[in-house]
Amino acid sequence: MSEMNEKANATRTVLDVRDLTVTYNTENGPLDTVRRASLKIAAGEIYGLVGESGSGKTTLARAIVRYLPGNGRIKGGPVMLGEDNLLKLSRAEMRRIWGKRITMVHQDPAAAVNPTIPVGEQIAEMARTHLHMNKKEAREKALEMLNKVRMPDPEAVYRRYAHQLSGGMLQRVLIATALTTNPELLIMDEPTTALDVTTEAVILDLIHELLSEFNTAILYITHNLGVVARICHRVGVVYAGELMEEGTINQVFKESLHPYTRGLLGCVPRIDYNKRTIALSAIPGYIPRPDRLPAGCIFAPRCDMAEEDCRRARPPVVEAAPGHRTACRRFEELAGVPLSASLLRRTREPRERREGPLVLEARNIKKYFTMAGSIFSRGPAVVRAVDDISVRVRGGFTMGIVGESGCGKTTLARCIAGLEEATAGEIELEGQILPRSAAKRPPELLKKIQMVFQNPDASLNPQHPVGLSVARPLILLRNLPAKEIDKRVRELFQAVNLPEDYIHRLPHELSGGEKQRVAIARAFAAEPALMLCDEPISSLDVSVQASLMNLLVELQESKGVSYLFISHDLAAVSHLSDWIAVVYLGRLWEVGSAEDVFAPPYHPYTEALLSAIPIPDPDVKQKRVRLKGSVPSAMQIPPGCRFHTRCPRKWGEICEKEEPPWQDAGNYHRICCHIPLEELQRMQGEGSIYQADQAKGGA
Amino acid sequence: MAESSSMEKEQGKKQSRFLAAVRRLRSYPTTVIGFAIVFFFIFIAVFGPWLAPYSYTEQRLSEKLQPPSEKYLFGTDQFGRDIFSRIIVGSRDVLTVAGSATVVAVLLGLTLGLFSGYFGGILDEVLMRLMDVILSIPPLLLAMVILFSLGPSRLNVILVVGFLYIPMVARVVRSVVLDLKTRQFVEAARLRGESSAYIVFKEILPNVLPHLAVEASMRFSYAIFLVASLGFLGLGVQPPSPDWGLMVGEARTWFHQARWVLFFPAGAIALLVVGVGFMSDGLRRMLLPGGVSDV
Repeated sequence: MSEMNEKANATRTVLDVRDLTVTYNTENGPLDTVRRASLKIAAGEIYGLVGESGSGKTTLARAIVRYLPGNGRIKGGPVMLGEDNLLKLSRAEMRRIWGKRITMVHQDPAAAVNPTIPVGEQIAEMARTHLHMNKKEAREKALEMLNKVRMPDPEAVYRRYAHQLSGGMLQRVLIATALTTNPELLIMDEPTTALDVTTEAVILDLIHELLSEFNTAILYITHNLGVVARICHRVGVVYAGELMEEGTINQVFKESLHPYTRGLLGCVPRIDYNKRTIALSAIPGYIPRPDRLPAGCIFAPRCDMAEEDCRRARPPVVEAAPGHRTACRRFEELAGVPLSASLLRRTREPRERREGPLVLEARNIKKYFTMAGSIFSRGPAVVRAVDDISVRVRGGFTMGIVGESGCGKTTLARCIAGLEEATAGEIELEGQILPRSAAKRPPELLKKIQMVFQNPDASLNPQHPVGLSVARPLILLRNLPAKEIDKRVRELFQAVNLPEDYIHRLPHELSGGEKQRVAIARAFAAEPALMLCDEPISSLDVSVQASLMNLLVELQESKGVSYLFISHDLAAVSHLSDWIAVVYLGRLWEVGSAEDVFAPPYHPYTEALLSAIPIPDPDVKQKRVRLKGSVPSAMQIPPGCRFHTRCPRKWGEICEKEEPPWQDAGNYHRICCHIPLEELQRMQGEGSIYQADQAKGGA
Repeated sequence: MAESSSMEKEQGKKQSRFLAAVRRLRSYPTTVIGFAIVFFFIFIAVFGPWLAPYSYTEQRLSEKLQPPSEKYLFGTDQFGRDIFSRIIVGSRDVLTVAGSATVVAVLLGLTLGLFSGYFGGILDEVLMRLMDVILSIPPLLLAMVILFSLGPSRLNVILVVGFLYIPMVARVVRSVVLDLKTRQFVEAARLRGESSAYIVFKEILPNVLPHLAVEASMRFSYAIFLVASLGFLGLGVQPPSPDWGLMVGEARTWFHQARWVLFFPAGAIALLVVGVGFMSDGLRRMLLPGGVSDV
């Protein structure tokens, strides 16, 4: 019976968008930001809309619900929701559809909840407005919804305010709110992008489970291919405002018929590939601006398959296989080429691993911040951001530091750089003990540690030509004559693959990836021994990320510099690093070579991280290890093992009482846990956490 | 040859950016009006003596309190002086006194704000509390007290008004500096061992200037108002000079007989203040697009 229902529903189209074009009236005239987009979503289906920033995916979603800013206009259509053409409805009729038949979940949960109303009341309000319930019924409905999103202790959560809940809990509240009216269409716009990877995994599981219960059609917008592969049934790939390819997950991820999709997939680093053997296949160039679109295929300027015809006229969208549409005129040639690593990734000669001398040894670094506290709190609170961390980096190698937001990884880097004065600990660089504060370090020591920052917009002075930013370290630290400086700046621009005439440009004339290249050139100008890379690629698009990672690897090989690479992105860290350290709540939990850290036995936290990261391959199934609750505050660190409150493999009372010991797994691989290594190994099983699932239709 | 073509391109780009800015201005009529008003007043301030049909001191008691006519465009006052001429000549006083006061406030406020914000610590604490003290007293009251003791004169008005607006400028500059100094380009400068002077003047100051320009224009419009108020109270420039505030003050007595005596100087003050306000909004839009936090 239920099976029959499912079958009937699977064919019921909820949303049918045809030929939708969105135009914004701007100061420079009208701009078509989305062009001729068509898509269909059935009940109980998750449709992933994936694309890089500025590709128009959010605009498309907003156009579908007719919620555009004042200067936005819609052309084409219709947009059918069930039997109704949304484009023909009046404003008043749309208001009855918003919140009732279509709901939305946004990226930033904290901004989407009213901070002055208890979260439960906000869900109840949905029920009162759209389901016409009275106060008591609405309250019961809200509690029921909180239960459905697996909220622990719904009664208590009902009365809480937004600031009392973590990001993951708030996102659950928003999902509960959005599902209260049992909408036909739910639009989720990057719902997990603001969350940590372990929380993201829990939310994605939840979305998956709720789908069978609610039978809603979901339009899931994201830039993350791994997330799409994990939860979506069908996917549309958007590029510069146009749908490039559309099909089922397997069609798009396994038999992709568009060079852009193939390029994107090749850009994503994977845990199972390493820089020593494989270079990422970056897509050259940048996304065209909507006012400067190329005449032919919009991807042609960046496509290595493009020929004369591609540049002349827009290619038609062709249905290559049932449900598989592509906007590439040469898709037939792609059909024969298997989408395997060999096609997309350049393989590298495996680099010999030399044992370099010790470049950095940071011993027992601590950094405590004192918070003044509000007038309600008792005295000042101490935030133990970094609490006794020791790391070593060897010459020419990369030490990857991985951890979720707020774990203290950035503070650690800032302490090593001397931007923050460590509360305690010793920093030794090439055998010399460094003063803790950068202001006290002499220039010859100062230049040896340079940093590349996360935000490319803030890392260059907006009023200085970028050439000056690169020249300053040469003037100051290396004391070169003017002629020599000019030559070196040009060399550095070449080294980071920027045209020389960029030297006179101001930062705002550069794209995010280009700015980050300048920042890298600036750091290299000082000829450092150690580069601290603090999430240098996190704010960039996937295709740009890949080219920057390749650049970092090339520069390391040619200049022999060591990196301390900090990121929350486990895949990026694993791709670039020789050694990896896992940080949680200001402490290290596991250190070892990249291969050792990603093979059992792992620390339970590492295990959870590995299990959580979304992999852009629908065939890869991960063992499911999920963390409970949220990260404790660094002001109230749990006693005993700091991880015990969330540990999925808690050993016993000892975890709550005693600090765990460091255990040596051999080959410099060390794990800080109470559980004996043999026992961990037994729990976690042999082999990788990833099982390539050969059998079709595996759960 | 390649050089020249790239130069041309650069030139073309600059020109097109200028044209784009002008085109954008068209969609903000208030900005255009604001700039027009301000430039108009600057023009008459510079060329006033040649433009004015009569001398501003020439009294014709037989023709006192004449309504506006062809002969006396804005009418005459209680001494039979031509109000039109007095307003034209008086614009120079308003602009120089308020302008100089603004310059005093901006220069001192910028210095205090830069140092207070960049170095922080006890210096910052002391300076900012001092600023709070000045801010806590109503400016007109404080100005009156100081001018009573110093005696009214043009220089004293400039110094007092300038002094009163230091805290506002200093606070704005300080908050911008506090934001800028945690930016990563400043941290990168620290990591290559730049001196504090380089960081303050080369890295931070250029990024403060757009904010300072907007703040200065706002202070200017406030200064015009305060200078006029002091003139009205008789604490500014002394008769018979054609200070607009003073003219309004003197006109109070004759208001019932001759409204124009009050209306034209008061209208001139209002027009200039509104004009500077519009200009200030326009400057903000041009120099600080995307809000204050976006440096």
